[in-house]
Amino acid sequence: MIIEHPLLGPRDIHEFVYVGDASLLNRPKWDSKDAEQKFYEYMYLRKNPAGIHQELWFHQQGDRSWLVVSRNTLTHEIVKVDLVSNIVKEMNL
Amino acid sequence: MKQSNRTNFGLIDYNKKINFEFNGESYIGLEGDTLASALIANEVKLIARSFKYHRPRGIFSAGSEEPSALVELIHKDYSEPNTKATTIELYEGLKAKSQNCWPSVKYDFMSINDKFSNFLIAGFYYKTFMWPSFFWEKIYEPLIRRAAGLGKLSTKGTVRISEKGFLHCDLLVIGSGPSGLISAYIAGLSGANVILVEEDYVFGGNINNEEVIISKLSGKEWVNFLITELKKLSNVRCMSRTCVIGMFDHGNFGVIETFDKAVNSKIDQMFWKIISKKTMLCTGAIERLIPFQNNDRPGIMLSGSIRSYLNRWGVIVGKKVAIFTNNDDAYSTAKNLISLGVNVVGIVDTRENPNIDNLNIKVFKSAQVTNSRGSLALQGVDVMLKNGKIFYLECDTLGVSGGWNPNIHLSCHTGVKPEWQNDISAFIPGKNNISTHLKAVGAANGFFDLNQCFLSAENTVVQLLSELNISIKKYDMPKTEEKSINIEPFWYVKNGNKRKWVDLQNDVTVKDIKLAYRENFRSVEHLKRYTTLGMGTDQGKTSNVTGLAILADLSNKDIPDVGTTVFRPPYIPVSLDVFVGSSQATQFKPYRLTPSHDWAKENGATFIDAGLWLRAQWYIQKNENHWRMSVDREVNAVRNSVGFCDVSTLGKIDIQGKDALSFINKIYCNGFSKLPIGKTRYGLMLREDGLVMDDGTTARLDENHFIMTTTTVNAERVYRHLEFCHQCLWPDMDVQLISITDAWSQIAIAGPNSRQLISKIIDPQYDVSNENFPFMACKEVSICGGFKARLFRISFSGELAYEIAIPTQYTKSFMSYLMEIGKEENITPYGTEALSVMRIEKGHVAGAELNGTVSATNLNMGKMVSSIKDSIGMVLSKREGLNLIDGPRLVGLKPKKPNEQIISGSHLFNLKDKLNAGNDLGYVTSSCYSPTLESYIALGFLKDGANRYGDEIKVCNSLLNKEVLVEVCNPVFIDPNGDKLRG
Repeated sequence: MIIEHPLLGPRDIHEFVYVGDASLLNRPKWDSKDAEQKFYEYMYLRKNPAGIHQELWFHQQGDRSWLVVSRNTLTHEIVKVDLVSNIVKEMNL
Repeated sequence: MKQSNRTNFGLIDYNKKINFEFNGESYIGLEGDTLASALIANEVKLIARSFKYHRPRGIFSAGSEEPSALVELIHKDYSEPNTKATTIELYEGLKAKSQNCWPSVKYDFMSINDKFSNFLIAGFYYKTFMWPSFFWEKIYEPLIRRAAGLGKLSTKGTVRISEKGFLHCDLLVIGSGPSGLISAYIAGLSGANVILVEEDYVFGGNINNEEVIISKLSGKEWVNFLITELKKLSNVRCMSRTCVIGMFDHGNFGVIETFDKAVNSKIDQMFWKIISKKTMLCTGAIERLIPFQNNDRPGIMLSGSIRSYLNRWGVIVGKKVAIFTNNDDAYSTAKNLISLGVNVVGIVDTRENPNIDNLNIKVFKSAQVTNSRGSLALQGVDVMLKNGKIFYLECDTLGVSGGWNPNIHLSCHTGVKPEWQNDISAFIPGKNNISTHLKAVGAANGFFDLNQCFLSAENTVVQLLSELNISIKKYDMPKTEEKSINIEPFWYVKNGNKRKWVDLQNDVTVKDIKLAYRENFRSVEHLKRYTTLGMGTDQGKTSNVTGLAILADLSNKDIPDVGTTVFRPPYIPVSLDVFVGSSQATQFKPYRLTPSHDWAKENGATFIDAGLWLRAQWYIQKNENHWRMSVDREVNAVRNSVGFCDVSTLGKIDIQGKDALSFINKIYCNGFSKLPIGKTRYGLMLREDGLVMDDGTTARLDENHFIMTTTTVNAERVYRHLEFCHQCLWPDMDVQLISITDAWSQIAIAGPNSRQLISKIIDPQYDVSNENFPFMACKEVSICGGFKARLFRISFSGELAYEIAIPTQYTKSFMSYLMEIGKEENITPYGTEALSVMRIEKGHVAGAELNGTVSATNLNMGKMVSSIKDSIGMVLSKREGLNLIDGPRLVGLKPKKPNEQIISGSHLFNLKDKLNAGNDLGYVTSSCYSPTLESYIALGFLKDGANRYGDEIKVCNSLLNKEVLVEVCNPVFIDPNGDKLRG
């Protein structure tokens, strides 16, 4: 697999570590009323889409940036790669 | 050299003779020969015995699709089973032998299986060896393993040398036949970076097998011309003996290059990973057989391969040749043979009105070959005419052509289903190869006429180059005469009840397919697994589509409705050593050496693997003949005076920034917000699910500057975790992280005399008295007259202790210096074993306790988890199951007899309980002999452990059949109040 790093261009999969569903970005608030339920869902419940899936990859052997990779689970086509920091900033806006 | 069946043409050097051996006999071949062509030239027809029935087999094809002619190649130090005679390039001194036969290929004992074929039907093993179950392992399996299977491994390790490499290109062209050559040529002239790979040792693909004129040149001249032109271009790399074995996502290809055995190359094989922007599949087509009774006899072969042996290797395969076909292509074989004066006794054509143009051969229309006769070689065939009459036709060779299957193997590797194409009665590659950018052209895409091949290649390469924004330079397109390709589907001969082979390699017959169908194995995938159709080393290259067609016929469906066959990598059998390459031993798992490694080696250290690290385990002194003597001495030295140990393998992370403190406070579950400058604190790190991830210390050197340490094993994981927390969860925090594990070495100096020693090495302006540098203090200092260092008063051993960090490059000198300056205190270097003994004595947890299944409460640290702040894992750590009052707790264990050893991993039981899972109370995590307490001791997790101090329980190890009575105690065996480390 080749991941098109937004800053560094196309990089081989060996440089990356896969961590999981990008829903991990939506960490619940610790002091909300139903925090335990929310954290349980955050930790254990995952969608399993047949199609575009957003996932987190870490460029461990590279610039150590976290990326959100949008990958089609049916074709393995990678349609989009973003720096996680940009995504999170957008989410917070 | 008597080789009356050799002509004087082909890609053969008639002046270069090569000696080789087959089944102990010496033969002579020519340069350019494969083992198969040389054997045919020497009129050796019987090559091997079949897989199941041990039927005699000859050469069936001329390429890597070969199902029958499998031999064992014998090298000096090892042998290679299941190699195809048709792809082995002949070299001087080659030795090969028939396999799957005993005592010889002519008289094979196991051919008795053939007589019992009625029993050895599809599913035989499933049906027969069902009961009783224990028979399976003891009797059936060894029996079957001995009788079945193809070649045998030599069991000696490989001596081949393999390497791995990467290649990148704009355009990868797979196959150097007409389509591949013209594509590479157009792309190469246009300046694209092109890699042209060819499985064979000569370029040209099918052109070499045919008598053909291209642009007024003979086929071979045209190939030579193009290859010469291509090799002039620096942007084109032409690789022969190079086989693409797999296609993967995003234009990644697994490719194996083998090297000419005649040339003394430094390596034998190369495993390339080729990454291409665009790829063209120019792999041609593979002919398929037509099953009829006894269609596996030596002498029966694919019609096209007869042409290959003739035109490429200059060998005439037989003296009396018959042809059995359902298409026009086989007529070229007949014409080709006749032009050389070979007796073609007849063409048996299944079609009613084949298009015959002035052919001087007997053609039987609407006829079928129904049976073959002979024993170890073909003597003749039965032919059934349209009116149902059967007559005997004498021949020594039968060329069979059931049509051609585009060689679509690679196109299926990424899960893309092939598509059925009616006019050629075959599958072509599916169009939807998005993530691999693959385009099939020429025969691989169903164009069997040469002009059409050229045209499809041209159109595709022009399109791909424009997608790559490469402008096309002028080129000449080759021209050749047209060839008719008419085919009428004919899948198998129905006449006759004897066996008709579909898959020659796995001995799967039409009968087997019918049986599977009758027993309701009707999906292709079930059929395949039940009968083993297409599961041999050839992956059914000649048989899959035929098997599918028979299944379609049985179920009255159209072929595409029955399903499609799916090919998986690798395209050819690959020996595993090529994947390993040089990744063996330390090339596979390199050692990380500690900064003090050389010094430790010079001072008698014994080393131990700790992850990738190689660490000093203990230092043997004179008169010590058991490791325990060394370790006990080292522990006593620390407890009584002072010792030092390289602890640089601990992960070290430098954290800086305005928000560094609040960041750390969110990472650790215990409070950090009030950590003052110049102080260090123990931190417990949880995973988000509430279980313990790691522990360590974090020192505040300055307002916004911190040094975090992690355990050795978790160094990488913790660093990644911190980057995750920073980038993904709290990107607005002003924090910078960097691993300094390799930049700074860290030496623990421990023991009651450690302060005395420190005060000797630290520069005089620093005060290390207990008042001014108390327990858990930290400071950036200078030592030895101006060398910068960081000093931490932390203790893993439980003694008064310091850790001193210095830039890595000074470590060796520093170690020597410590030995010199500590003489008066009898300073002693200690290794990981003494380190471990002391931390067990002190009840400090390490990797064995932080094993990913324990909560803070299990470690007696539940109260450390702060509920009044946000930290990773805090919320879920409060779950009931992780905080059970009577849940597992870390305890100490002391044997009633001090000399009884407690084995780590043993389980804990109440004295009167039986040893079963229901009574299991926990397990031992760490154990050692404590020289301080003069007793074995251990740490472990015990159910309700906190309330059981003083109780007697038993530690049981069922594997070693060992039981030890122990007393449960506080895990902190020594100095529970911490007076020593604060003193």
